[in-house]
Amino acid sequence: MNDLRSAILMFLVFTIICGGAYPAIVTGVASAVFPHQAAGSFITGADGKESGSALIGQPFSAPKYFWPRPSATTDFAYNPMASGGSNAGPTNPDFIKTVGDRVAALRTAGVAGPIPADLALASASGLDPHITPAAARLQIPRIAKARLLDEGAVAAILSRTAEDRQLGLLGEPRVNVLMLNLALDRLKP
Amino acid sequence: MNSYDWLQIICFFVVLLALIKPLGSFMAHVYQGERTFLSPLLVPCENLLYRICGVKKDEEMDWRRYAGAMVLFNLVLFAALFLMLLTQHLLPLNPQKFPAFTWQLALNTAISFVTNTNWQAYSGESAASYFTQTVGLTVHNFVSAATGMAIVIALIRGFARRRTSLLGNFWVDLTRGTLYILLPLSLVGALFLVSQGVIQNFTAYKTVPLVQAVTYDKPKLDDKGNPIKDATGNPVTERVTTKEVTIPLGPVASQEVIKELGTNGGGFFNANSAHPFENPTPLSHYVEILLILLIPGALTYTFGVMVGNTRQGWTLLGVMLALLVISFGVLQGVESSGNPLVAKLGVQGANLEGKEVRFGLAGTSLFEVATTGTSCGAVAAMHDSLTPIGGMVPLGLILLGEIVFGGVGSGLYTMLAFAVIAVFVSGLMIGRTPEYLGKKIEVREMWMSIITILTAGIMVLVLSGIAFLVPAAVASMANPGAHGLSEVIYAFASMANNNGSAFAGLNANVNFYNLAGSLAMIAGRYVPAIAVLAMAGSLAEKKYIPPSLGTLPTDKVPFALWLSLVILIVGALTFFPALAMGPIVEHLTMLGGN
Repeated sequence: MNDLRSAILMFLVFTIICGGAYPAIVTGVASAVFPHQAAGSFITGADGKESGSALIGQPFSAPKYFWPRPSATTDFAYNPMASGGSNAGPTNPDFIKTVGDRVAALRTAGVAGPIPADLALASASGLDPHITPAAARLQIPRIAKARLLDEGAVAAILSRTAEDRQLGLLGEPRVNVLMLNLALDRLKP
Repeated sequence: MNSYDWLQIICFFVVLLALIKPLGSFMAHVYQGERTFLSPLLVPCENLLYRICGVKKDEEMDWRRYAGAMVLFNLVLFAALFLMLLTQHLLPLNPQKFPAFTWQLALNTAISFVTNTNWQAYSGESAASYFTQTVGLTVHNFVSAATGMAIVIALIRGFARRRTSLLGNFWVDLTRGTLYILLPLSLVGALFLVSQGVIQNFTAYKTVPLVQAVTYDKPKLDDKGNPIKDATGNPVTERVTTKEVTIPLGPVASQEVIKELGTNGGGFFNANSAHPFENPTPLSHYVEILLILLIPGALTYTFGVMVGNTRQGWTLLGVMLALLVISFGVLQGVESSGNPLVAKLGVQGANLEGKEVRFGLAGTSLFEVATTGTSCGAVAAMHDSLTPIGGMVPLGLILLGEIVFGGVGSGLYTMLAFAVIAVFVSGLMIGRTPEYLGKKIEVREMWMSIITILTAGIMVLVLSGIAFLVPAAVASMANPGAHGLSEVIYAFASMANNNGSAFAGLNANVNFYNLAGSLAMIAGRYVPAIAVLAMAGSLAEKKYIPPSLGTLPTDKVPFALWLSLVILIVGALTFFPALAMGPIVEHLTMLGGN
């Protein structure tokens, strides 16, 4: 049958075009024009060695580091091999208990007053590299104390690292926690 | 919403609406075989392709042959992808040495990508090789989108043509949609996304040191890789410390762009468009929303051009736009007021569970209504963690049949089926023979429109009902109570309407969901598609009736309002009981503080 022959040949031709040529061309041009981004935006740490990707969050829990958002990835928080959210429903008792535990942990670490939602609720990817400026500011006293730094010095690094809305319009003001902590380490390990 | 939110959203819609006419008229030229600025480059390629495939481009098909060619092509696509997934371990470009898919998962995944659903019961980064992602899934993203567009073009020809049985040539429509529309936009879009940080490479996953080592409880596995359990059934764990993590890589940008442009929605990674490598910046985020809505929106203009009255297209676009904006308003409203159960614990602000900081709440809400109003199903937030009413918005948009811009092609043809029904009902009410675009609406058109609209709904309600009788299906629910019901309804709504997003807590990789879901996806895609082509065939054979004083004008605001009402009534009558037991009960529970 004619149409069956066409169907098979069409499939093969489009596989070559859309599955072979197209990704190859994009890869070729992208790695020539935007090599850093195409490779994964990898960055170097305070010691000059490669230290993860600027786009992928990392788990921090030591008092001397800014803490990122909670992450629901399996095995451990910010596991890049298991991207995803908690998928907990808003009325799930386990979820409410988890949030309660996180709030208690933040209170123990000295956070008073209302807690910004991003510090208590897990992200969609589990790899969210950012927190809100409010969530970062709350943590300044703890970090200044742990690093024996002046609070003003920590705040200065924070405001240098914070990103504004893109093009002055899109998204939200935010802070990349990994970049912020690397900047702190560079200043005073 | 603060003033930045308003400004972002308004700017977005200005850009979107500004692109509707140029792209829509370009697509009309392409499908009518007229010269465009790409012709000097692409006409030779196109002709060569027809020669290789044995296609006579001037040979037109009646609806049966058109539908037959479409089904044959889809069968070939399915068979090829199914085999590819079963033999993944033998194929190249598999640096992580991923094993083959199980046959149930391969079946579900192959059907999912062929039907433009992109439901994923696997995690891309831990299951699919680069070969599978590019030579397999990316190809299907293109051609399943082009298939949908071809079908709606055939339906438009049915309205536009008179006294003929011919609807065009499926192979030509498929080829032109891919070469002239999808590929050029994808090339430009992919490079733009890379500039924002979306990755594009074929290197093996990279292990990098962590700034701060992490200690965690690792489940112990036996020789076969299954978790070891103790006497009480709890997994046995050991305390380990890791100083490094593995970051998955791959050719993401080339797939990301067509996944949105073709309203496919299958993520390269498990977290889909919430993953920073798929969607790194606010700008990439808005561009991805634009890609989702672009072709479905512009097709309304293409429709207007081809039926000779662009106001007909603008009217349908107006209905789509109104429903999109209302849905956005509801979602944004409930999500920004947050979760009262969490607020009680001292947490302030919006419901950010399952959302990313960089997109902002307004951008996130817009993405989620765009992806479920169309048949895209890519997600930038986890729908399972939306507030109950928030979760009902994407679910409702899917259940309405994905006509709020809708899937590429499928959205517009479903909307046209609704328009036919709206014309028919109003014709009955004012006592005149119903006509739409100069064609008399008769029994055959009504049957085909009803089949188009109700197939998915029947699949959703019947299969969800069965799911609650199957113990394994019930055990898959991740959340207790009313929310679990929502998870199951969402799963079948998503598959039957070829959306592909999920209340992802549901463990969908069990035989029941893989197999019942496959059935839902096939019925939800091909029954309406064939019904639409049958309607196109019957419309094309009718003569044209010039509008008279008694004809209901279908290019004016009253018809737009009437059409919206018909859509909402059909949706509410079909699904209100199910929604009342799921999201609405959960909402009341949440307000009650339990």
